Amino acid sequence: MPIKTEPFVMNIGPQHPSTHGVFRMRVTLDGERITDAEMVIGYLHRSMEKLAEERTWTQNIPFTDRMDYLAAMTGNLGYCIAVERLAGIEVPERAQYLRVMFAELQRIASHAMANGTFINDCGAWQTPLFYMFREREKILDLFEMACGARLTLNYMRIGGVAFDLPDEFMPRLQSLIDELPDRIAEYEGLSLENEILLMRSRDIGVLSPELAINASVSGPMLRGSGIAWDVRKADPYSIYDRFDFDIPVGYNGDCYDRFIVRMEEVRQSVRIVKQAMEGLPAGNHLADVPLNFRPPEGELYSRIESPKGELGFYLVSDGGPVPYRFHVRSPSLINLSALREMVIGQSVADAIVTLGSIDINVGEVDR
Amino acid sequence: MLANWYDFRDLGNGVERLLEALRDGGASDGVIYVVAGALGAAAILALVGLTTLINIWIERRLIGRIQVRRGPNRVGPFGLLQPVADALKLIQKEALQPYNADGLVFSLAPIVIFVPAILAFAVLPWGEKMVLADLNVGVLYLLALGSTNTIIVFMAGYASNNKYALLGSMRVIAMLISYELPGVLALLGVTLFAGTMSLSGIVAFQDTHWTWLVFLQPLALLIFFIGSTAELNRTPADIAEAESEIVAGFHIEYSGMKFGLFYAVELVNAVAISAIVASLFLGGWWTFGLEQWVPGWLIFIGKAYAVYFVLIWFRGTLPRFRIDQLMAFAWKFLLPLAVVNVFMSATEVFIWREYELSAGVVLPIFAVVNVALAGALIAGWSRVMMQPFVRFPRRARLVSDIDVPLPGDAAREPAAV
Repeated sequence: MPIKTEPFVMNIGPQHPSTHGVFRMRVTLDGERITDAEMVIGYLHRSMEKLAEERTWTQNIPFTDRMDYLAAMTGNLGYCIAVERLAGIEVPERAQYLRVMFAELQRIASHAMANGTFINDCGAWQTPLFYMFREREKILDLFEMACGARLTLNYMRIGGVAFDLPDEFMPRLQSLIDELPDRIAEYEGLSLENEILLMRSRDIGVLSPELAINASVSGPMLRGSGIAWDVRKADPYSIYDRFDFDIPVGYNGDCYDRFIVRMEEVRQSVRIVKQAMEGLPAGNHLADVPLNFRPPEGELYSRIESPKGELGFYLVSDGGPVPYRFHVRSPSLINLSALREMVIGQSVADAIVTLGSIDINVGEVDR
Repeated sequence: MLANWYDFRDLGNGVERLLEALRDGGASDGVIYVVAGALGAAAILALVGLTTLINIWIERRLIGRIQVRRGPNRVGPFGLLQPVADALKLIQKEALQPYNADGLVFSLAPIVIFVPAILAFAVLPWGEKMVLADLNVGVLYLLALGSTNTIIVFMAGYASNNKYALLGSMRVIAMLISYELPGVLALLGVTLFAGTMSLSGIVAFQDTHWTWLVFLQPLALLIFFIGSTAELNRTPADIAEAESEIVAGFHIEYSGMKFGLFYAVELVNAVAISAIVASLFLGGWWTFGLEQWVPGWLIFIGKAYAVYFVLIWFRGTLPRFRIDQLMAFAWKFLLPLAVVNVFMSATEVFIWREYELSAGVVLPIFAVVNVALAGALIAGWSRVMMQPFVRFPRRARLVSDIDVPLPGDAAREPAAV
């Protein structure tokens, strides 16, 4: 008698410790091997793009905090730069430097979270996460000093930043920047010497450069596949053309490559923060922009390099006090679109690791 | 010579006096036998309950330290009452049962899983005479108990009628069967040397020959210990629970105290394995004459906790294997090493017994040979079988400028072909 078999359909999520929020993956299994995967998103949809059409340009800034809540600073930055370009507002020099400094600190915090949860998804019992959180905590403390909030910062304004730095800020930042290179070396020593981690991440979830370009992925995921692309270099915004930094690039696009690319990006961010600290000029931190200003009629797409990838804002103004259209190109959503091709043929355990290495944030996926 | 009943170096003295009094009072042998068994069983049950509570605290506290945080420190002094608070919370909670679950098996599994865990303590030698049941097949008995776990875990996973639980229990069966073989072979080397399967006999062997078996059987210790971590469902081999993949595996549907029992039995098993390792390889209650000054049972508990610490350390620091990697590790790495170990042990014991050589001369030579062999085998075999020890690039390549042309950027556009 032939043995009757049937595919085993399993839901991973929406409530699952490794989906980083409420993302759901419906996988069809043959034993433990994935033969098909379907991504289901929308559990965290808050209709931000529509809501933004009812609020003034300035009132929309808090929405950008709540999209990628692990990198609120870059969300702020992307939106403010887009509006400034649309309205042709000049940003004071000091504000530019502060923006770069905070955006890079945010990148360090976000990558610490990404790499910590990645090893967590590989099965380590939260230890790497807590280690990486040490530095993240210090950065969040700095944010709290600067603007009073830790996660949803709402720090940047159209035309600058909301508050100037308190006096005790720079010494704290200096000590953090001094110890960060040692910490990064410590994390690399702890994690990359681990044979099990190498076994779990090498040649797992390989994203070929062709697929990476065709799927339009960006950020560490694209660079992990060996393509040197970074909006900070390709299309410099703010004052990034003044800083000296390198782009880390991976070798064959597996989870391990994405991990080391993020590690290296933290180093480069430290370099940028150092240069920004040295060059920080005195002066005004906020241009004189009326609270209820109206940009001229027009439309524009503006992009920045957020920790997750290319964060773009497409804004349409009809000359009124509110945006006519507010669209976000969120890197998490577009990076996620390559997941199906990456997980088919892998086992469940590898799929979880692959999902962890993409570093999605469901708040940004669903908006 | 009988020691005083209050001589705390051997807690069996008091029981002995009690039983003697019973016999003098005219009780029959059957009554004395039952009373002795009941006393021992009560002691072990009390000990298991107590150690579980303490171990929850130790484990959470140590893992907290490993994870650069403090661990529980709010309930009671140093958070010592945290396990009690946890247990109270679990008891209050409703133990839900899924609608489609097999009710009887579902309820039975968390209770039955305690049986092998507690039975294992019966044959452990706590001191020179402190053994509840000195079975002459003690090692075999322990291995048999370890196998019964498989069925119970499968009971829990199958009865839950949950896909995660089913995956978890399938993984457990595959893994436990693979890891039992090297474990059994490793203990075969130990019994070959000791010439007995009784645990107190093995400790007595280490006493008479003034050595710990870990020096004669380093490979066996390694293999047995790794195999035990797999059976215990702890990282790096916790694929049956795999919090980040299949959430909690076989006990995902259990809540309330039913879950608490699964949680507790994991700790009881960990202590049992630590105690087995301590008595088989680390001399049990015997420690190069130290037992003259310190009660043997205290030494034994100290050694068991030292081994337990290593288990916690594993859990706090290692990521998890994938199931195929774990199976490959058992079959390709541990099993050949175990076979070599059995062969070496048999040869050495044959040389020793056949030519009636003096143990004082032969055993140190064997120890040196075996330790060296273990090191060479592990290094060599891992080069041959496991992931090649290639140095992966530890740093990403650095590019100072992008080389991808931008649309509309004529200067950077590649020349038309």
